[in-house]
Amino acid sequence: MMEKQDWPLWEVFIRSRQGLDHKHVGSLHAADAQMAIENARDVYTRRMEGVSIWVAESKNIHASSPDESESLFEPANDKVYRHPTFYDLPDQLKHM
Amino acid sequence: MPLDFQQNFDAKLELEIRVEPKDWMPEAYRKTLIRQISQHAHSEIVGMLPEGNWITRAPTLKRKATLIAKVQDEAGHGLYLYSAAETLGITRDEMITQLHSGKAKYSSIFNYPTLTWADIGAIGWLVDGAAIMNQVPLCRASYGPYARAMVRICKEESFHQRQGFEILLKLSQGNDAQKEMCQDAINRWWWPSVMMFGPSDTDSPNSAQSMKWKIKRLSNDELRQKFVDVCAEQVKLLNMQIPDAHLEWNEENGHYDFGPINWNEFYDVLNGNGPCNKERIAARIKAHEDGAWVREAAQAYAEKKARIISNNSEQESLMEKQLQTT
Repeated sequence: MMEKQDWPLWEVFIRSRQGLDHKHVGSLHAADAQMAIENARDVYTRRMEGVSIWVAESKNIHASSPDESESLFEPANDKVYRHPTFYDLPDQLKHM
Repeated sequence: MPLDFQQNFDAKLELEIRVEPKDWMPEAYRKTLIRQISQHAHSEIVGMLPEGNWITRAPTLKRKATLIAKVQDEAGHGLYLYSAAETLGITRDEMITQLHSGKAKYSSIFNYPTLTWADIGAIGWLVDGAAIMNQVPLCRASYGPYARAMVRICKEESFHQRQGFEILLKLSQGNDAQKEMCQDAINRWWWPSVMMFGPSDTDSPNSAQSMKWKIKRLSNDELRQKFVDVCAEQVKLLNMQIPDAHLEWNEENGHYDFGPINWNEFYDVLNGNGPCNKERIAARIKAHEDGAWVREAAQAYAEKKARIISNNSEQESLMEKQLQTT
């Protein structure tokens, strides 16, 4: 009797239009992937929000540690030259 | 070092940075959020019952379809909130058990019966209206998953209130019996809706701490006053009365004065003596028990599929090994 069995938790990602990326919209419990997709359809696309659904078991999602974010993201802090606005060019220059 | 963690936590609150599931948080902060979010979730699910009552008797197909859509939304809202609560370390099973045992509360407004079709309109206008008033500031709650759930809920909630008001508007433009039914529903749902905002903050034990933790952003009284001010204007479009002889515009402070609230009724209903308390919990328990076979079947099917897949891959690797040795 599997009454109190906890179904795995799935994270749901929806792509709203062709060519856009999938966005995380929330999570739900389901017994398997097919049920997860169907439930995701019922819960997260009631207003035609999606053309594609991805589900992944939450246990397979690995996240960076919030306590380490300062050191993890430090390398980009002093590299403002990766942005186009860093480069000072005359207005007469077109198509660039 | 616990001191650093507390300082980090306090700094986040100060800077309006969201607290996320893996962050350190005071145990009491976690507990109060579990209580508030799970009770919010229970309210959504139980809230499906008084409205579900009229799905089979909606006057037109359009009204039936829109009411079904609203009730479906409430189920979704319950899910977003249960999911947010689970990030804090409580399981769905524990929360459901707490609801069924009476250990967890839900919004007492749902312990009132829906006696006529006009009640569905009154609920959309007043109950969802009060909920929206409460939920918009919660979009800025300090706990990330709760705030994000509230953003999604608020987007969906707006059609709920419009659906309700439209029902009442239609009735208010009808025959005498329909107008009477409209006024009667307003008369029964007004005060319970006003009470949805909870007691005055001086009488509300959790309010002060919730405000410090930026879970709660506006006081009960502030929200209640906003609600009264807004409804007092909206009711004019219905040519109906709000059942409060003391309701009067106060030019000095720019708000509507309103009459005394019967808090005895509020606490009575909260403690289990409302018209529908027992019925609501009984319905939830029955739904859970009647649905057990579906959960078991889904579980059994998933396990069977997993066994087949693992058997197949075992056979494949066995065949590969045999091919290699020949």
